[in-house]
Amino acid sequence: MLEVQNLSMRFGGLLAVDQVSLDVQEHEIVSIIGPNGAGKTTVFNCMSGFYKPTGGKILFEGHEVQGKPDFRISRLGMVRTFQHVRLFNRMTVVENLLVAQHRHLNTNLISGLLKTPGYREREQKSLDRASYWLDRVGLLDLANRDAGNLAYGQQRRLEIARCMVTEPKLLMLDEPAAGLNPAETRDLNQLIVSLKEDYNVSVVLIEHDMSLVMDISDRINVINQGRPLASGTPDEIRNNDAVIKAYLGEA
Amino acid sequence: MQDLLYFLQQLINGLTIGSTYALIAIGYTMVYGIIGMINFAHGEIYMIGAYTALIAITGLAALGIAWLPLILIVALVCAMIVSSSMGWAVERVAYRPVRGRHRLIPLISAIGMSIFLQNYVHLAQGSRNIGFPALIEGGFRFGSADSFQTSISYMQITIFITTLICMSLLSLFISRSRIGRACRAVSQDLGMASLLGIDTNRIISATFVIGAALAAVAGLLLGMYYGSIDPLFGFIAGLKAFTAAVLGGIGSIPGAMLGGLILGVAESMTSGYLSGEYKDVVSFGLLILILLFKPTGLLGKPEVEKI
Repeated sequence: MLEVQNLSMRFGGLLAVDQVSLDVQEHEIVSIIGPNGAGKTTVFNCMSGFYKPTGGKILFEGHEVQGKPDFRISRLGMVRTFQHVRLFNRMTVVENLLVAQHRHLNTNLISGLLKTPGYREREQKSLDRASYWLDRVGLLDLANRDAGNLAYGQQRRLEIARCMVTEPKLLMLDEPAAGLNPAETRDLNQLIVSLKEDYNVSVVLIEHDMSLVMDISDRINVINQGRPLASGTPDEIRNNDAVIKAYLGEA
Repeated sequence: MQDLLYFLQQLINGLTIGSTYALIAIGYTMVYGIIGMINFAHGEIYMIGAYTALIAITGLAALGIAWLPLILIVALVCAMIVSSSMGWAVERVAYRPVRGRHRLIPLISAIGMSIFLQNYVHLAQGSRNIGFPALIEGGFRFGSADSFQTSISYMQITIFITTLICMSLLSLFISRSRIGRACRAVSQDLGMASLLGIDTNRIISATFVIGAALAAVAGLLLGMYYGSIDPLFGFIAGLKAFTAAVLGGIGSIPGAMLGGLILGVAESMTSGYLSGEYKDVVSFGLLILILLFKPTGLLGKPEVEKI
């Protein structure tokens, strides 16, 4: 469903991403790993429309999306998270989920002012979807708290819930386990697998926590210094000499 | 007793002016809250609202319509429509093309827009004062007849009530409606809101339009209250409203309301007890003090970074 072909991104004299290709099929968890500064997040930023890539193509379900504005890409069904939690801190937990459904809602001002039956119905639907996902990530009790007052692990889960209410086809998670304790990481692991199994969402994952990556990925792409180094199943990557060398240095 | 009545009179005058400052200040604070820039053409939008209202009133009078509520509503609607379109156009012409550049660039283009609009009205309407009919006359008086009498005019009551209605509608809109919710999201994290599929350009336009509509309401009210308007009418009012927005904490809507009222009362107390000439000194002095001792304003929240 997603195909990245020979993606390049140059910042002045720095070639941050050089000819990276990867693909994601439906019902698949694909990880991007690599040492710090390898260009993983830059690839994400190109895919989500944050950067306009200087070369290559990104095809999502047959549409070329490179260089499109981010809100258009997300409307096609590709939604991402960031390394740092970026919630709307001064809005309540449930409002965070409602505002994410903005595009699904009729934004016609008149019908909003008149509170037409259609408006109420859609508003109710989005509230139902929000409470479903709050329940799913275990935050239903905290629905009316300000998002900024949640504990860190809860904020991480809320972020994923906020992505899911937009009904994405492809979820891009940038280091979702960063800063989580082992128990929270296990929960996250189960949640991501369940997104794939129960909600038929494909996932692209950037992650440093190798146990998580090896556990849940169907395929792994390794990037080193902006260039593709290897790709394959977790077992293939674990035994790949080039990967071991890149991570551990030459002996 | 007389002192008390005199004080009461100043308070009433202050709250009247203050509530119109608050109406204008909303426009500054909303735009700042969302894109972090000061809309220096906002005072001109307010001035254009006043002119539009006057033109509508004159037109209706020429048609022989004398029923007051109709005149007021038509004038209000016309002013709001024209000002809102101006607000929308200002954003499209002076802000959107330069958004994301160095902060000085949109500032300068907004000042340019302000000069352009002022001179446009100069050319179209002439530079002299034009009388604004006081459509709402009369009022209450209380206090003994031989000493000082406190009066509240119907015009002042109209200003209070209209402002109250506008503010309540705005608060409801921001806290309850979908667009209001999206506005809050965009003001907290524009990039993230965009990534979640919100068309941030539309939301930014909406804030300019809402601010302009409220400024138009203030234009009609103050036009009637002062009894005359001129093309520079928006300049000082814009500065005062900007001061009110900073006083209350720029970016905060309740702050703009509070800042407007405080500024209005401070000014009228100065005129009442000191001298009318000092009122601008006091209001801008207040601005300097706030910037020195509480730069985030009374209700503004400091940016807290979680580490």
